[in-house]
Amino acid sequence: MQIYLPIAEVSVNAFLLLGLGGIVGILSGMFGVGGGFLLTPLLFFIGIPPAVAVATGAAQIVASSFSGVLAHFKRKTVDLRMGLVLLLGGLLGAAFGVQLFNTLKALGQVDLLVKLCYVLFLGIIGALMFVESLNALLKTRGGRGVSKRHKHLWVHNLPFKMKFRTSGLYISVIPPLLVGVLVGILAAIMGVGGGFIMVPAMIYLLGMPTKVVIGTSLFQIIFVTAFTTLLHATTNYTVDMALALLLLIGGVVGAQVGARIGVKLKAEQLRSLLALMVIVVCGKLALDLLIQPAELYEIGKGGGH
Amino acid sequence: MLRLFAALMALTFCLSPARAAEEVVAGLSQNLVSINATFVGSEILIFGAVKRDTPAPADEPLEVVVVVEGPSGPVTVRRKDKRFGIWVNTEALDLASAPSFYAVATSADLDKSISVLDDLRHLVSVSQTIKVSESPFTNVDPTSFTEALIRIRENAGTYRLVENSVNIYKDTLFDARIALPSNLIEGDYRTRIFLTRGGYVSAHYETVINVRKVGLERWIYNLAHSQPLIYGLLSLVIAIAAGWGASAVFRVIQRG
Repeated sequence: MQIYLPIAEVSVNAFLLLGLGGIVGILSGMFGVGGGFLLTPLLFFIGIPPAVAVATGAAQIVASSFSGVLAHFKRKTVDLRMGLVLLLGGLLGAAFGVQLFNTLKALGQVDLLVKLCYVLFLGIIGALMFVESLNALLKTRGGRGVSKRHKHLWVHNLPFKMKFRTSGLYISVIPPLLVGVLVGILAAIMGVGGGFIMVPAMIYLLGMPTKVVIGTSLFQIIFVTAFTTLLHATTNYTVDMALALLLLIGGVVGAQVGARIGVKLKAEQLRSLLALMVIVVCGKLALDLLIQPAELYEIGKGGGH
Repeated sequence: MLRLFAALMALTFCLSPARAAEEVVAGLSQNLVSINATFVGSEILIFGAVKRDTPAPADEPLEVVVVVEGPSGPVTVRRKDKRFGIWVNTEALDLASAPSFYAVATSADLDKSISVLDDLRHLVSVSQTIKVSESPFTNVDPTSFTEALIRIRENAGTYRLVENSVNIYKDTLFDARIALPSNLIEGDYRTRIFLTRGGYVSAHYETVINVRKVGLERWIYNLAHSQPLIYGLLSLVIAIAAGWGASAVFRVIQRG
């Protein structure tokens, strides 16, 4: 069934959009990532104009993250206090990131920067996570007991200590705040929720347990992407409600399914799967930069480059 | 030499009215294309007749060229080049205006239907309608960029040249079908019909096809542009309600 999208001004298959939303929703519920880094390129691929894809993708992520976070709240796997600290940092970072984005836009080549950011971050995070989770998997299979939960990292020696009961941590607020700021900056530049950066940062930098990380990350993503959606809607008029509605119907169902799959998997398995997915996306983007494209020219909206 | 050229030009213009003993009368199967949620494209039938006071000239065959042109807007065309081992956008060309949609239908091959001179004079081929910005500072060759624009849009189906698609009956009646794709944008689609004899335009007719969004599409588009904040908040409310709804539904399913 074809449907004409009023803002994107193209006609696309409604079931295709439901399916895309569903896949991204499942990933969102399983891993606690918003899925923006997958959804946005997929929307480009089916012919949605880039500006509309980025803005509408944000609205869809709000929906699937909200659906996912409710499932996590029920299981008490959301660290609300940690979420608020990350959110505070995230909003500061996003405000700064938007400024940085506009400055770079004026200099040109912002597309390239975004792509390089993706390749760099996805590559590093994917590789690190994959190696680490593989090691952990091998260890548990060998039955050599569980690894120590409370590693005493340098980040734990900073002042302003705070108790995060759900995560079982007593650490300084500075590291989570900085993680939030960093994620906010990247989210603004790359046009994504930033979950795929935040999740590893929470596990490896803050030492939070994987199960709590996902719910907490989703909680933070809702607010950051809601803010982004409003910003796009008021400045660029590029949020397509019809497109968002179709994506989020698929997305919210997918998120519920994903959250249930996530419970059944072991933390190490979950992490290695997420790592694999991140590596695949990174590889695709890197190839796009390295291989000569079939069409060397591209058409952009007039008025600036 | 200059005098000869001027004389030739004068001759051409003097001859033109003599050719205009024919008149074209035309109609469209629809003047209004409504875009609703299930719009999948449309086909417009353009039909007409040649009205003439004197018998048709026998020496040169009658040909018909139909041009449908969508709203124009500025575009930027960028080219990728290999720098430091990766493909990046290097040069760019701003085009002052290029049509969003452009269809040309002819009754014979394009070069037989209309001469190069009249193509230029009446701006018939799509390449004639693309305007390059007047910028003295640009050092890129605009031809390769406009060619790329036409190539990309032809592949996307928004620029088309369909030769031999206009039917002519007994040198008097003609009809043509123009397919409008599903990715149409709103606006006035200027429609021109040219009658040619020996490649020179002897008569032309111009009308407009209105392409408009209707119903829900219209409402969403207007709200997004007139009340962006309310529209953005509404989008978020819908998103959160859907997220909560799905969660509630799943809870019920799990209990049952």
